[in-house]
Amino acid sequence: MIFALAGNQNCGKTTLFNQLTGSNQHVGNFPGVTVDKKEGVVRDRRAAKHRFGHRRCPSAPNAEGQQDQAIVVDLPGIYSLSPYTSEEIVTRDFLIQEKPDGIINIIDATNIERNLYLTLQLIELQLPMVIALNMMDEMRSNGSSVDVNQLEKELGVPVVPISAVKNEGIDELIEHALFVAREKRRPERVDFCSGAVHRCIHATAHLIEDHAERIGVPVRFAATKLVEGDSLMSDLLQLNQNEKELLEHSVQEMENELDTDREAALADMRYTFIESVCAETVVKHGESREHLRSERIDHFLTHRYLAIPLFLCAMMLIFWLTFGVIGSFLSDLLSIGIDFVTAAVSAALLAYGINPVVHSLVVDGICAGVGSVLSFLPIIVVLFFFLSILEDTGYMARVAFVMDKLLRKIGLSGRSFVPMLIGFGCSVPAIMATRTLASDRDRKMTILLTPFMSCSAKLPIYAVMTAAFFPKNGAVVMVSLYMMGIIIGVLCGLLMKNTLYQGNPVPFVMELPNYRFPSPKSVGLLIWDKAKDFLTRAFTVIFIATIVIWFLQTFDIRLNVVADSSLSMLADVGRWIAPVLAPLGFTDWRVSTALITGFSAKEAVVSTMAVLTGTNIATLSEALGQMFTPLSAFSFLTFTLLYTPCVAAIAAVRREMNSGAAACWVALAQCGIAWVAAYLVHQIGGLFVR
Amino acid sequence: MTLDQLPIGKSGRIAAVGGQGALRHRLLDMGLTPRTMVTVVKVAPMGDPLELRLRGYLLTLRLEDARNITIEEEAQ
Repeated sequence: MIFALAGNQNCGKTTLFNQLTGSNQHVGNFPGVTVDKKEGVVRDRRAAKHRFGHRRCPSAPNAEGQQDQAIVVDLPGIYSLSPYTSEEIVTRDFLIQEKPDGIINIIDATNIERNLYLTLQLIELQLPMVIALNMMDEMRSNGSSVDVNQLEKELGVPVVPISAVKNEGIDELIEHALFVAREKRRPERVDFCSGAVHRCIHATAHLIEDHAERIGVPVRFAATKLVEGDSLMSDLLQLNQNEKELLEHSVQEMENELDTDREAALADMRYTFIESVCAETVVKHGESREHLRSERIDHFLTHRYLAIPLFLCAMMLIFWLTFGVIGSFLSDLLSIGIDFVTAAVSAALLAYGINPVVHSLVVDGICAGVGSVLSFLPIIVVLFFFLSILEDTGYMARVAFVMDKLLRKIGLSGRSFVPMLIGFGCSVPAIMATRTLASDRDRKMTILLTPFMSCSAKLPIYAVMTAAFFPKNGAVVMVSLYMMGIIIGVLCGLLMKNTLYQGNPVPFVMELPNYRFPSPKSVGLLIWDKAKDFLTRAFTVIFIATIVIWFLQTFDIRLNVVADSSLSMLADVGRWIAPVLAPLGFTDWRVSTALITGFSAKEAVVSTMAVLTGTNIATLSEALGQMFTPLSAFSFLTFTLLYTPCVAAIAAVRREMNSGAAACWVALAQCGIAWVAAYLVHQIGGLFVR
Repeated sequence: MTLDQLPIGKSGRIAAVGGQGALRHRLLDMGLTPRTMVTVVKVAPMGDPLELRLRGYLLTLRLEDARNITIEEEAQ
């Protein structure tokens, strides 16, 4: 049995999903888009089986038992089933084509008017359905109430009051969901309108009935959408010219009679019905405490002068904790562990007298590669801990509100600000964090722009180079690099806005939810999810990439093990590439080789240069002095700032864009941009400096 | 008068929602339908977008989009 969980954003849908499924979740994508599709098996519910399960023949063996496995699919958080965003389209397609056995529609009782708007559209789909009336604990504690029986009667759908956060009413919800699905209880009424709208929808339903039934689309839903002027639905139904004219005529009649247009007429019809239902069923006692609390918090957090400083403080605190205190502590701990394991493995292999090449593969390839990838893990875990708190409390929406104006010029909204900011720490979690963006288009653009934010792994390169060439102006050089990344990112954003992502941006009409205490379970599950996701990639794509680099580093072209790293295949590749980089001012093959190793992790650039020049970190700057002039050093820094992100980031791009081609494209495009920028720096700089 | 001209703290009743396509549909979906009461709560620090209160919840809207919404100011 498959259930679809549908509801608005910020109504506790994720919390309910976690309550329904526990940690038994699988995250994927809906086909063709980067919209999350989470599935999970509904938790064990003995009580439910007892009451409804095998009522008729209690002794029959489990013929139904197989069906008893109930799966719930978490649909994207949406406000309407209109055909404009990929989230809405995905939801529609899923509900119409996959025909789940039941819909669980979660609505926020404290914000019931707007939540019911989606409910009325879901009802039209005529699938078995149950409403989970969430946040009932908040309603009660404020002395407000909802007449559940009356609401059920008005909507013709069972309503179960729950509190997802407190795990109240969940068993009852599961029981009801199983019941409606098993008994195929469809909503008892679909008609919420009167007058002209009513007549128009009925006429349309009559007109298209055959078409809709032929392709298996609920008639009522199709009719309403057609009246609303939904072009997707009219394409789907393949109406002929005559039918289209009849439809248009009937809709125009309605418009004339109501003196409004079709879209407004239907929205108005739904809200008018909802207002009358709420007037009968909902009693609210003044402002809720949660709302008043939110207002007080917002007094500071979206304050005219305090908002931006407070936001920057919060982000600095998060960065400091992530990359400074906790992250580095955990990273150190992890590297001690990895060193210990590596040493033990190495000693064991040596004692066994294994072939030195295999020893090198295991120690220098596998252990070192996996180790360097694992060092990302603490950062990801800690960062997502903070991020999920920002998101779940409702602060992220405020950040979007405060920062929106900055990002609008490049066709994005304030929502993209936080992922991009995280990019200054590490591109991997930044790209993974784009999941929270509400629109597919914004998500893709943000992913493509994030690599321009110089990540912290490039700092060692900047530090070594500035110490060697710009000891007096280190800070200026650093700042100019960061600024250059941002400026080029903005230019690319403008370019993308006017080419690739020309389409209309999703309108920035966003809810500011009340501040709420995050649910520890949701935070925990999100961290677990991200860590698992990252580790899966670490041991597939990233693992293979590090082995390839090890292979190139260890063997020469005739597959002999090299004694001197300058004879390795990697050095050969470096020599081939060196002429390409020559116009940028650095011709030495050791530089290009180091840049290649930077693909596995940016930290490797410095260590490779040290190895290839036969120096250590302390004496490296002398060797660098022979390879670069200050100008070519700056050109090199420009190149490292912009060229391909590391393999972990590319793997994240591939995962989040759901496309290997896009990931390759990102790697190549970044290299191209880096080359052009470094070339310009070198040539223009050459006019002033010699 | 359009919604972007409504002073902070003031309320108005929506008379008409203009614009077209995705944006207009979204505005209607979010409950900005004719005859709805809207209050301007605040403006973001950089002067845009607006924070509105309607139907018991808070909504943000850019000024350029708010320009599509015609309102009648109401004395409170």
